[in-house]
Amino acid sequence: MAKMTLEDLRKLRESKQDALRKRDVEGKDCQVIVGMGTCGIAAGAKVVLDAFLSELEAKGIENVSVTQTGCMGLCHVEPTVEVIVPGMPDVIYGNVDAKVVKQIVADHIIGKKLVSEHVFDKPAADILKKD
Amino acid sequence: MHRYVTDFILDIVQNSFEADSNNVELVLREDDRYLDMTVRDDGKGMSHQMLEKVLDPYQTDGIKHIKRKVGLGLPFLVQATRSAGGSFDIQSEVSKGTVVKCRFDLCNIDTPPMGDIPSTLLALVSHPAAKGVEIERSLSTSKGSDSYHLSREKLLEVLGSFTTVATLNLLMEYLQSQEEALDRFKVDHIPVL
Repeated sequence: MAKMTLEDLRKLRESKQDALRKRDVEGKDCQVIVGMGTCGIAAGAKVVLDAFLSELEAKGIENVSVTQTGCMGLCHVEPTVEVIVPGMPDVIYGNVDAKVVKQIVADHIIGKKLVSEHVFDKPAADILKKD
Repeated sequence: MHRYVTDFILDIVQNSFEADSNNVELVLREDDRYLDMTVRDDGKGMSHQMLEKVLDPYQTDGIKHIKRKVGLGLPFLVQATRSAGGSFDIQSEVSKGTVVKCRFDLCNIDTPPMGDIPSTLLALVSHPAAKGVEIERSLSTSKGSDSYHLSREKLLEVLGSFTTVATLNLLMEYLQSQEEALDRFKVDHIPVL
């Protein structure tokens, strides 16, 4: 690939936008938020972010929003991802890796079914304990 | 512990975003042996006492996590550079900003592998707390030299936003093409024992 200029990027975006308009329904309003604090980065959150981008594109769902946030306070189950899909409960998934990302995209975002074994369901003991 | 040099870059630049900076400058200069990184921001800065605290892993300001007593971002970087023959320096002034400079010795066996530069820059440019971000990346080795410059503002102007998968993948493609142009000048880093 030759080194792209900003002008090449602009043209590429315009050509892709036409294709995107045609299938502007599926996956709309879905949000994926990846925890990228020091803990998340150390646990491999960047790999998870990359995996979401490539997996969603591979499945042709390009209008999901993918954003980052800091530490979600769940360092022991990092990398963590919050997935918000209309008609589904907001879920935080823990111990996510590239393989789990594929499951989340296929089951949760497309199939509207939870990936139960990675749902983070209760806070860590040290957070629950009252001082 | 961070697995790649790029994990440190991501972590440290995030500090600048979180310090309410309007402008953050990241400079990555690589040669046959070293990677020199400079992160300069115009955020809220730190006092001398605070500076000592952030370098101590057993201290944190307690703002992000009220009860937490450890903060590891900078101490990780200090440890990684110093234990692998690199160097680290931080300068900060309250309400003026902070400059972090460090050097990784790429020929030292204890230096982590570089990691994926395009995906790291993507995470930085599209970070929700980022405002003005300028990135200067250059490579200058015995094989030759090349460089590229990224401006968040200009990329935003072309892409509209950095939130959807479609635009992020376009950005990724752009960043990969920039980094690939440097590939022909890259050298193998043989550990010096």
